[in-house]
Amino acid sequence: MSGISPRDIRGLGATDIAAALRRRELTSVEVTQAYLEAIGAGNAGLGAYLTVDEQEALAQAREVDARRAKGEELGPYAGVPVAVKDNISTRGLRTTCASRILENYVPPYDATVVARLRQSGLVVLGKTNMDEFAMGSSGENSAFFPARNPWDPSRVPGGSSSGSAVAVAASLAPWALGSDTGGSVRQPASFCGLVGVKPTYGRVSRYGLVAFASSLDQIGTLTHDAAEAAALMGIISGYDPADSTSVPEPAPDYPALLGREIRGLRVGVVREGFGEGVEPGVQEALRRALDVLAGLGAVMGEVSLSMTTYALPAYYVIAPAEASSNLARYDGVRYGLRASNRSVTDMYGRTRQAGFGPEVKRRIMLGTYALSAGYYDAYYKKAQQIRTLIKNEFSSALQSYDVLVTPTAPSVAFRLGEKAADPVQMYYQDYFTIPVNMAGLPAVSVPCGFSGGLPVGMQLIGRWFDEAGLLAIAHAYLETTGWHRFRPEPAVSVAGEAR
Amino acid sequence: MAHVESLDAELQAAYEPVIGLEVHVELQTDSKVFCSCPTTFGAEPNTQVCPVCLGLPGALPVLNRRAVELALRAALALHCTIPPECKFDRKNYFYPDLPKGYQISQYDQPLGVNGWLEISVNGEVRRIGIRRVHMEEETAKSVHVAGGTHTLLDFNRAGVPLIEIVSEPDIRTPEEARAYLNELQSIMRYMEVSDCKMEEGSLRCDANISVRPRGTDVLGTLVEIKNMNSWRAVQKGLEYEIIRQTRLLSDGEPVVRETRHWDEGRGITRPARGKEEAHDYRYFPEPDLVPLALDPAWVAEVKATMPELPAERRARFVRDFGLPAYDAEVLCADPAVAGFFEATVALYPQPKQVSNWIMKDVLRLLNDAGLPLAATPLRPEHLAELCRLVDQGTINLTVARQVFEEVFANGRAPAEIVAEKGLAQISDESALLKVAREVVAGNPDAVKNYRSGKEKAMGFLVGQVMRATKGRANPELATALVKKALAEQQGQE
Repeated sequence: MSGISPRDIRGLGATDIAAALRRRELTSVEVTQAYLEAIGAGNAGLGAYLTVDEQEALAQAREVDARRAKGEELGPYAGVPVAVKDNISTRGLRTTCASRILENYVPPYDATVVARLRQSGLVVLGKTNMDEFAMGSSGENSAFFPARNPWDPSRVPGGSSSGSAVAVAASLAPWALGSDTGGSVRQPASFCGLVGVKPTYGRVSRYGLVAFASSLDQIGTLTHDAAEAAALMGIISGYDPADSTSVPEPAPDYPALLGREIRGLRVGVVREGFGEGVEPGVQEALRRALDVLAGLGAVMGEVSLSMTTYALPAYYVIAPAEASSNLARYDGVRYGLRASNRSVTDMYGRTRQAGFGPEVKRRIMLGTYALSAGYYDAYYKKAQQIRTLIKNEFSSALQSYDVLVTPTAPSVAFRLGEKAADPVQMYYQDYFTIPVNMAGLPAVSVPCGFSGGLPVGMQLIGRWFDEAGLLAIAHAYLETTGWHRFRPEPAVSVAGEAR
Repeated sequence: MAHVESLDAELQAAYEPVIGLEVHVELQTDSKVFCSCPTTFGAEPNTQVCPVCLGLPGALPVLNRRAVELALRAALALHCTIPPECKFDRKNYFYPDLPKGYQISQYDQPLGVNGWLEISVNGEVRRIGIRRVHMEEETAKSVHVAGGTHTLLDFNRAGVPLIEIVSEPDIRTPEEARAYLNELQSIMRYMEVSDCKMEEGSLRCDANISVRPRGTDVLGTLVEIKNMNSWRAVQKGLEYEIIRQTRLLSDGEPVVRETRHWDEGRGITRPARGKEEAHDYRYFPEPDLVPLALDPAWVAEVKATMPELPAERRARFVRDFGLPAYDAEVLCADPAVAGFFEATVALYPQPKQVSNWIMKDVLRLLNDAGLPLAATPLRPEHLAELCRLVDQGTINLTVARQVFEEVFANGRAPAEIVAEKGLAQISDESALLKVAREVVAGNPDAVKNYRSGKEKAMGFLVGQVMRATKGRANPELATALVKKALAEQQGQE
């Protein structure tokens, strides 16, 4: 048995845990146990997990330990636990999308990313809370309970990958998977002081990711630092024949590319990032971050992305349109909630009425309307044209610059309930992240300081398939500033008192 | 409105039906169009399913290349233009047999456009335009349990590849519609694209029909007819609808634009329930699939490796075998039958004789048995041998037919059956003469009739000889010997 206490294990982070496992200073069971205990103590206050798979997690941990004991060749991260957002299918483990309609749905198959986690020997701790069907920017749209920000439990952790961000920030998991359709990995990463990666569309298989908006969805990572992000990205990325939109190319060796030279990199600061809707504290933190990048030898410049203004309205046509179709399968026929047996139409109506929350219903209606006969050209088609313009604008900006910088979100974490009454206010949270999904580009949110004691995130946007370049900048920046080393106060007691 | 039997000639002359057909054909791939589940017909319900074809959350479609190949073949056989790229769209509607709440189909960029096929009705050849051929996926099968308390769903069928073939409104009569379907079925079978069994649902047909005063170019109000589940239903449904619409127009009443269902039991069409026609399918491009590039080189390769078309084969049968056009049409309707003909002629080079056998006997037996040719033990060698036995005088045609039925049933060699059952023709003069004498002696009335100049009586007497020999007598010899026996009798008197 090791002399490392459970608390210390959780302080190590994924990279050091992996190293300790390889050196046999720790066992996966010890590590898993430490996290399970922390979840047991802290989850009620923070609402990070919807389902914790204690027995299965320990069984997986024991298996990895046994294989290691036999001297089998294991992946470098074998035995490290991981949390998975609850819209990513896990065989035999409830996958609810934080929705009543899938409250008791247990998938018979693993998403490709989950299969890859398992192949690499990672231990799935459980499924994390989220905005229902990934629709939301605060975590408050969970049908079960909201997740709370460990930096201030009266505040939201961001969304929709709220639970994954909380789990990592509060050390209830070393790292986690989220999904990002319009900012759902990056904005909670920003609010919780984490590194959040939204890969290039097509880099990570969507097979098994419960679809919200298929042309925008991408699975991403939530970690404390860039090295962990590189490692986790390395595990989940790469071609998958089961996803026709996955790119038939092997993923690069992200960890090996972390040390890439920063000097001489052309950084384009997006002027709109300092517009009036962005909190002064966020602007300040971002300015200091830009100074650091300049100090590292980056060549700084300024660029305007005028199409950004149109990204949000166009997104709120395309994403709901696809969602209205993607969510049609929840009809009570084959799985999930069935609220009536009286007649087929009665079953549809009652099941969907009882099964979906207000934001999901709002988006289904928006999308259904946008696709209706007579409105298609004015809405969906127009939005697709805007999307092409956004792509073109990014494409030309990325010819002059290697990377573009914006704030991840216009604010720091806000209070629960603060924006719940005004959906459009909430939608503005994703002002800087949505254009990236519209263009299919990769982006990373990197912690860049604090404003009023709350984390601020900087968004780095790169060329298509250049996640490695973004991670290298993030890595150099964090190694210089150390912003990733900050942790919230032990959330357990804070949350406990807050309740 | 009252049931109407027919239109008088005046109304028929005044009004013209305009018909377009929408035909769904299941492609005979081994696996489904967007997943690798098998497509075997008749398997235990819900045993050929996976997350993709069940529409489970998170599952994604992957296009089956073989299905595209078969669809291409069909489109090329229908002389369609193949665009360099096509794409898939979602057709959104709720129905319990539709697992995803949308059907993956093709909306504005189908796989093939602007084709045609030729039909021949009463000797007149007409070209019917094909507007488009597009790919889509099959739905699950609903099984309505008796009593109407609940419905069961079988998802084995969900995701079987389909093509929809939409004709131009070039069809003018129910007979033409029938000829169009026959030709389409024939082409699909020749291309090995589909078995096109209407009874198993691998071919389904909806019709768009309007009626207008003859001589105008303007189309009348369109009515869609669904639920025609047999060739006969298509014909009857169209006939009914033509009469109904013509009567309305001639009475100055409007035709309502609607979808109507063919009611087989009552022999009428009736309006579908309102909801079924109020669909707004909200088509949009399927984001889970990338656009499908139809590389011209690939299309050319598919075209080059396509089997012969039925029209080509018919022409060849007339040209190379000297068959009448009618024979060629009948023989070529089913590629298996046409192949059987060619194989038989290769062994027994008398095309017309072989054609007669196939048209009269083979097709009748197949029809009675309800079997495709391949499911019977009948082989070209059998028919060739049988023809030769007749030519050689070993058996006569009557016996040959009996033998053939047995060959058809159990696949034994004709010569073997003839030998075993002693069916060889009796050409032994002395034996037959003995029978002829007995017949002449035992049928004095017929003999008297014959002698009084009634030639028909001879047929009766020969028939009695055949009867006594169980049909084995050589008919010509029997006639000669009956005459001989008559002469002997007269000599004795």
